[in-house]
Amino acid sequence: MRIGVLALQGDVAEHRRALADLGVDSAPVRRPAELSQLDGIVIPGGESTTMSMLLASSGLLEPLGKEIAAGLPAFGTCAGMILLGSSVIGGRSDQICYGAIDIGVRRNGYGRQLASFECELDVAAIGSDPLHAVFIRAPLVESAGDAVEVLAVVDPSTETPDDPGDSGVGGLTDVGVATPVLCRQDSVLVAAFHPELTADRRVHRLFVSMIEKRGR
Amino acid sequence: MSDAPTTSPTTPGASETMPERQGASGGRQTATFTVKRGLADMLRGGVIMDVIDADQARVAEDAGAVAVMALERVPSDIRAQGGVARMSDPALVEGIQQAVTIPVMAKARIGHFAEAQVLEALAVDYIDESEVLTPADEAYHIDKWSFRVPFVCGATNLGEALRRISEGACLIRSKGEAGTGNIVEAVRHLRSILGDIGALTTADAAELYGWAKKLSAPIELVREVADTGRLPVPLFCAGGIATPADASLVMQLGAEAVFVGSGIFKSEDPARRARAIVEATTHHDDPQIVAKVSRGLGASMPGLEIGTLDQRMAGRGW
Repeated sequence: MRIGVLALQGDVAEHRRALADLGVDSAPVRRPAELSQLDGIVIPGGESTTMSMLLASSGLLEPLGKEIAAGLPAFGTCAGMILLGSSVIGGRSDQICYGAIDIGVRRNGYGRQLASFECELDVAAIGSDPLHAVFIRAPLVESAGDAVEVLAVVDPSTETPDDPGDSGVGGLTDVGVATPVLCRQDSVLVAAFHPELTADRRVHRLFVSMIEKRGR
Repeated sequence: MSDAPTTSPTTPGASETMPERQGASGGRQTATFTVKRGLADMLRGGVIMDVIDADQARVAEDAGAVAVMALERVPSDIRAQGGVARMSDPALVEGIQQAVTIPVMAKARIGHFAEAQVLEALAVDYIDESEVLTPADEAYHIDKWSFRVPFVCGATNLGEALRRISEGACLIRSKGEAGTGNIVEAVRHLRSILGDIGALTTADAAELYGWAKKLSAPIELVREVADTGRLPVPLFCAGGIATPADASLVMQLGAEAVFVGSGIFKSEDPARRARAIVEATTHHDDPQIVAKVSRGLGASMPGLEIGTLDQRMAGRGW
């Protein structure tokens, strides 16, 4: 199995390390020719506006879109979630969304860096142990279509603490509304957090198992 | 941070040996070392551009900047005009925050923790305790552990980098010589930092004490660098980048991202040059692409020979 990691910008090395930990070969993807012979593609964390511009300038925009539309399994974290979603709110009008998973995403929906956080998630799809998740200026899933399987939500009873109320730092999450943070639709997996930044490899293993099941 | 499976494989020992002040309630922990450093990880492979107002910030975002850095004057103007260089007007910082969706960093003077407090109150995404501004304290840098906003600091060598990390910096950049459009100092600093990291990896346990003395750096951080072969935080390049080829050079030398100051908005066509530097940073190992984006960019910023400078900014801080 060989998984490409979109390497235009962002935490590419962490994703490649996570895949290596699982014994999976990975390859950086910066040019259209590097899309061939991949069993899956990872779109890492980073800045989605920057990646959008570089997707266009590198000539990858259309070929990558065609591969994903044709069923190439895709895993996006943070910026990657925005790029794979169906619409982006609070982003730039020229941002790319591949529409590979039916979610509407608000860019930086949890707030600025001061509101970035770590927490434990319950993710039944990967086992009963809680998953430690790191959210960095994370995108907020505002809507998810019927075809979307929500694998984890952030605890609805918690609000990011200690935000100066008058600075606009606080996120837009309403207390009492569970927000999806890990979603799957067909062969597309997206996370609002960064499983590549922690040592727990269960989310990457889930993506690898999605590729394996598809191959059968 | 004691729960091993939940921490980053690259989370430094600093987080265990240094005080960590963080918010925690209702299951969400904010301002942890992982969260602070995490934003720097997301900026890797990108270009952070100096801007003085919202209009420049929009140009930077349009060009694909991963973040913008708010400051009162770009370094070449600070050099030309002289006087005391300070933190930006908060109104300008807020204008920049409203103008763009990418992270907004801002500079505070070395040791000026009150400026840093103001920037934290404005909820900037990163604070640069910067030698480009006029230092406020000749003896001490800011205690960066006491802030919830992460800090980036400049360094000319490994010892300086590790001292800043021991004070709580979550991102290190070379100092270079800002405002000169001359890459030579940034190259010197990168080579010095990366060269000493390489040397540490082959030193034995006894020699590491000598290294700690020579570097004037905490032994725990020296040991960690020796074990991992890398800094505990990302290493970016700043100071003198003026062309796409400059960005390619420092990325190939081992920088993980670049800061560009005067090099963009003091050039003839800032929008095109900014975009070209972004593309050259991503495709730094592909000379064909660097050549393509370098064509017909118009005049670079006027450069300065290091030997002719009245003020060496890199010498500020210790």
